[in-house]
Amino acid sequence: MAKVSPLEIYKHLPGLNCKECGEDSCMAFASALIERKKKYEDCAPLVREEKYKKKLDKLVELVTPPVKEVVIGTGERACVIGGEEVMYRHELTFFNPTALFIDVSDDLPADELAERVAKINKFAIERVGQKLRLDGIAVRAKSGDPARFGEAVVTAVENSDLPLMLCSFDPEHLEVGLEIAIERRPLIYAATKENVDAVAELAVKHNAPVVASSPGDIQGLLELVAKLRSKGVEDIVLDVGTYPLGAKFGSSLENMVMLRRLAIEKGEKLAGYPIMGVPLVAWLNGDEPAKAAMQECIIASTQLLRYADLLVLHSMDMFSLLPLLTLRQNIYTDPRVPIQVDAKLYEIGKPDENSPVLLTTNFALTYYTVASDIEAGKVDCYLLVVNTEGLAVEPAMAGAKLTGSLVKEAIEESGVENKVKHRKLIIPGMAARISGEIEDLTGWEVIVGPIDSSRIPAFIEQKWKSEA
Amino acid sequence: MKLNLEDIIKSLVDVESIELENVELDVEELVIQAKQAMLMPILQQLQPQAAATLEAKPEQKLEALPEITFEKPVKEYRGQVEEITLGATRSEGGSRSKVIKIGGQRTLYHFEGGWVNKPVVSFDVFDIPQPQFPKALREAWGDFWDSPAEWAREAVKRGADLVTIHLVSTDPKVKDTPISEAAKTVEEVLQAVDVPIVIGGSGNPEKDPALFEKVAAVAENERCLLASANLDLDHKRIVDAAVKYNHNVLSWVSLDINDQKTLNKLLLEEGLPRERLVQDPTTAALGYGLEYTYTMIERIKINALKGEKELAFPVSCGVTNAWAAREAWMNVAEWGPREYRGPLWETVNALAVMIAGADIMMMLHPSAVQAIKAIIDSIFGDYQGVEIKYENWLKV
Repeated sequence: MAKVSPLEIYKHLPGLNCKECGEDSCMAFASALIERKKKYEDCAPLVREEKYKKKLDKLVELVTPPVKEVVIGTGERACVIGGEEVMYRHELTFFNPTALFIDVSDDLPADELAERVAKINKFAIERVGQKLRLDGIAVRAKSGDPARFGEAVVTAVENSDLPLMLCSFDPEHLEVGLEIAIERRPLIYAATKENVDAVAELAVKHNAPVVASSPGDIQGLLELVAKLRSKGVEDIVLDVGTYPLGAKFGSSLENMVMLRRLAIEKGEKLAGYPIMGVPLVAWLNGDEPAKAAMQECIIASTQLLRYADLLVLHSMDMFSLLPLLTLRQNIYTDPRVPIQVDAKLYEIGKPDENSPVLLTTNFALTYYTVASDIEAGKVDCYLLVVNTEGLAVEPAMAGAKLTGSLVKEAIEESGVENKVKHRKLIIPGMAARISGEIEDLTGWEVIVGPIDSSRIPAFIEQKWKSEA
Repeated sequence: MKLNLEDIIKSLVDVESIELENVELDVEELVIQAKQAMLMPILQQLQPQAAATLEAKPEQKLEALPEITFEKPVKEYRGQVEEITLGATRSEGGSRSKVIKIGGQRTLYHFEGGWVNKPVVSFDVFDIPQPQFPKALREAWGDFWDSPAEWAREAVKRGADLVTIHLVSTDPKVKDTPISEAAKTVEEVLQAVDVPIVIGGSGNPEKDPALFEKVAAVAENERCLLASANLDLDHKRIVDAAVKYNHNVLSWVSLDINDQKTLNKLLLEEGLPRERLVQDPTTAALGYGLEYTYTMIERIKINALKGEKELAFPVSCGVTNAWAAREAWMNVAEWGPREYRGPLWETVNALAVMIAGADIMMMLHPSAVQAIKAIIDSIFGDYQGVEIKYENWLKV
């Protein structure tokens, strides 16, 4: 429902304002539908009463995203991809972050394979209060032996609760994998021009989502999708091929953009599915591992920005995963969430009248970074947030949006003087220049803190505790 | 018989097969030089047919796929991004070996056919040593930073399309270097390199207008980019200097698209010709607000092509800000080796703004610059890369 207005939705609601959905009015429900806080099924009269059938059909059509949502896996870690409605995040938001699958190949020794699976399963890193994780395991049929592939799938199922992707062009392999893992709703990779009949049959029989693969050829891909649909396959993922840096990489990126534009702006149903990429191809050149991992990160980052909803990777090195996970965290941030937090006094942990008072700006990211660093260090303190019009410390200093008089105002308005007995203020290292100004205007003693907020806990430990 | 190899290759492309009869090649080494793109179809035919893909079982008859007509989804756009020329050659009164053109897009995407100029990379050079740099950058530039001219020369060797000389030491809070000395630095850099240059000020709103007036005069007719004018200083003086001495102006705001429109409009009203304006929305670091920059660039480019003239200018990004992220420089064992992590952080930051629509990326780490240029050349089809067979990812 790319860029549908609440009014357009409203036209297809009963207009009873019955509040059965939990909203105050049908108009409010229309807005909630657009923001995906509600589902159309939440409108009980619409679903219940025969006379609204026409409205219901029209509404379903309106609220169904142009890119189908596909669910892989089951349970808590099931992964939802696609479901996007816009080309550009500022037009609404992107909904389902790109899923990152890590490969395991079936020719690995059993214990190594189990170890790798477990490692993928438990991988997590904390950033700005969010736990960043990997989303699935791609089991590759490298050995060519269906029995061995089956063993690898068993190992993956037993050692993780992550969604699986079964990777082989041979329907026999895929069938073995599906028999084992069907309870986990794995993604089948892949139907191609050559095997589409057999793979479509497997997908329908096991009700599993399936990848349509047609490297370098959008037309062929759309034909493949049409074929899968005609066989009754509903959940499809599009693979138009991935290449190491070079001209083919460039055109594969453009193919991804074209697919998404066809789906969202041209209403082409055959292109209305999630898109996948395989940055793992960086390992096909025979480069040394660090170089291949870096190239993999670069390909993955670029594809993530070009509408890839699922990526298959090989490297588990943190130096290459961290930039990618961070980029994903950034791009899938909801742009409707304000860039600023309220400028006021925040309590972190359980501060008392002797706890330190730290200062930062009201740029949301600055605030969350500082707050999560302080929380991680288990420091009980007050965090005084100054209104810098949403600028981080450095630009606020450069643009004179963080000044002594603003700090004075913040201190007075926050009531911090009633909360603590002392009059000591810890300011960011990058704001050192205005420490004299603050002291003159407020009478508080200024302590210049670290430049990077990750050093705050150590700073409090060494400087504050010795002074207090 | 004299063989013209190019003709042979051409004929190979056009026909199914070619046989050479009664020909003896009496050479020690035969080098066939031809564009790879021309040879690829032939090389592909020489490879055994799709051995790695699944062979259809002989008893299975494949049903034909339904036929689909596919057309590239290209769009019509009303607007066009202004094309800006950086640098001037001797014939134009400057001393650069060539000029660099940026912007000029008539379409949002390269595949729509309206792109003439590639995004370019500028290396940052500073007028004083930068011992506070993260380790990876100290290692890259520490041997050169005693002399801005040396630093600039090395930057060009390492692939810079442009060089930005940042006159940071002129800031009264840094070293308060006199303006006359800063002007000398600019002259030295202009002599040391023959690429177009960007001149960065002190960041001090009181000093910058006077600084730009002076450096604009010593660099007269070199068509530099004066970086930058912002809403907090007397931008009229910078515009006047740019017009008088023949330079471009960078219009810099803090992540606010309305501010960008306002400042661009003011600069134009003050007499800056449209083909002299480049804009900088501020580049937030990966992990620290990059999405704001990403979205602002996308909005600028989309609105420009819709016909919004106040925004229809090329975009420059200070990607170097990537190094402000702790993940780029801090030594944390859990995050893996920082000698890889840092340059990768800058690379991902650069590719994000480039994908969003940036025309100039100001950068610092040589391997990040190399990577971003490879991506740009991939998109523009100027770098063939290593040929792989995609399906083999299952077998690697």
